[in-house]
Amino acid sequence: MTEILVLVDHVDGAVKKTTSELLTLARRLGEPSAVFFGSGAADAAPALGRFGAAKVYAIDDESVGAFLVAPKAEALAQLVESTSPAAVLVPSYAEGKEIAGRLAVKTGSGLIVDAVDVEAGASEDAAPVTTQSVFAGSYTVRATVTKGTSIITVKPNSVTPEEAEGAATVEPVSVTISDTAKTAKILSSNPREQTGRPELTEAAIVVSGGRGTGGNFESVEAFADSLGAAVGASRAAVDAGWYPHSYQIGQTGKTVSPQLYIAAGISGAIQHRAGMQTAKTIVAINKDDEAPIFELVDFGVVGDLQQVLPAATDAVTKHKS
Amino acid sequence: MNIVVCVKHVPDASSDRRFDGSDNTVDRVGVDGLLSELDEYAVEAALQIAEASEDAGSQVTVLTMGPENASNAVRKALQMGAHQGVHVADEQIHGSDALASSLVLATAIEKIGESGQVDVVLCGMASTDGSMGVVPAMLAERLGLPQVTVVSQVQVDGHTVTARRDGDAATETVEATAPLVLSVTDQSNEPRYPSFKGIMAAKKKPVESWSLADLGLSPDDVGLSAAWSRVESFAERPPRSAGTIVADEGDGAAKLVEFLASQKFI
Repeated sequence: MTEILVLVDHVDGAVKKTTSELLTLARRLGEPSAVFFGSGAADAAPALGRFGAAKVYAIDDESVGAFLVAPKAEALAQLVESTSPAAVLVPSYAEGKEIAGRLAVKTGSGLIVDAVDVEAGASEDAAPVTTQSVFAGSYTVRATVTKGTSIITVKPNSVTPEEAEGAATVEPVSVTISDTAKTAKILSSNPREQTGRPELTEAAIVVSGGRGTGGNFESVEAFADSLGAAVGASRAAVDAGWYPHSYQIGQTGKTVSPQLYIAAGISGAIQHRAGMQTAKTIVAINKDDEAPIFELVDFGVVGDLQQVLPAATDAVTKHKS
Repeated sequence: MNIVVCVKHVPDASSDRRFDGSDNTVDRVGVDGLLSELDEYAVEAALQIAEASEDAGSQVTVLTMGPENASNAVRKALQMGAHQGVHVADEQIHGSDALASSLVLATAIEKIGESGQVDVVLCGMASTDGSMGVVPAMLAERLGLPQVTVVSQVQVDGHTVTARRDGDAATETVEATAPLVLSVTDQSNEPRYPSFKGIMAAKKKPVESWSLADLGLSPDDVGLSAAWSRVESFAERPPRSAGTIVADEGDGAAKLVEFLASQKFI
């Protein structure tokens, strides 16, 4: 059966939800093999097997954590060479896209970035067909790779993970990393502070605040917590220094596709839309009834978010109890 | 310091961006375009590095590829203070994907380097149209240079570059030695506006126009027919059907929660 490589997204061995999504998509194309960088592949194997990984290639080379991007791309290229997969699926985070880009150059392969869906081609030999959402979500594009191996990065929340049994046999792979790949040295790495909330790009519900918060995110955070949601921010709020940049949603920040997106005090400029327009359901609270965000919403409240959100938080808490 | 900044001329995000139905490519001619906003940060970073350099002869060369109107992006960068421009303009480039674009840019950078080593290749973190964010990494791969990308703070000390990369899971400090490829985020600086003097001076700055032949590239290497991927079809997303909008008269929160409950979110 055709082998499909899936790059595992994990934090210290804890496999992230995006990986189960990629394994689910990979099963449509062939038999998924997970590629695990770092130590702890054996511990992660059961989580990978649960979503159908037949093999787990474990690449534990010290250069991988010591230098930026290039060693991972080189290692992956050697694995592509030895396994000749029909496709390589990579999670669409910044580093994932860069690894995929270098891998495409190394292997003379085509690259498709930020797919929101992947299907098998019309015939057995045909390349997978991807769907992307482009121009701030105003167009959908179907595309295929036409040269080499299909290298595809897939956005989080693109598919609901479905379990399927896989053997998840761990196979250690030794790779040779060139000196050229060991030139951008990682001097230090500080993991992002844990907020106890779901990760922004993976969350089913996102509540985000903008200029209309006036810098007070308390009601946004409290409402998010009542819903078990992640918190995001608009560029205006980030530029004003009200919320950290790592929570920015939009063209120059994160792109989210949650089931439910709630925009509080966000006007809905094109830059913001680019980051949230593919959300399934959109809700907005804004004082200005002419704010462009209302053109997108399934439900909107024209009003003061500092009044509406605390009352809504109470009502949600009451509803749940 | 010899710095090359790669810039892209993109369709204006606030205008009506669209595809050309005849060959499924982005319409780059029939819409208003401008210097990709994210590339302004790269131009600014290049100017700051050149200005801080002890080498009084530091040069910032702005490099672009694309149709005739892409020269607008070069002009804007020259107005900001870049010293000279190179525009790879060739009809055969039309339809190039990221792999082909990185090939053209890498070859052009090598050619610029023939008249003096390029120390820093600077890029924005992504374009505002394709927004793939892969070309800087591809350039590093093709040129065999260190990749220090998506950074929001840059320090240059001689030929040592230290930068802060705000990654997805962690904030990293990265160090490399020039020559290297650097890409900067919109958090890295505050791009300057062209001054009146800068606008006047830009008119006299040299801009070279290169063809694929000048780069020793064959049309078979780039463009739509050589693309490594193909758009099979595109469709405009149907407009979202108009939602329910209520004015808060003290009952806004209740109505909101009612909606969330009806959609099974709570």
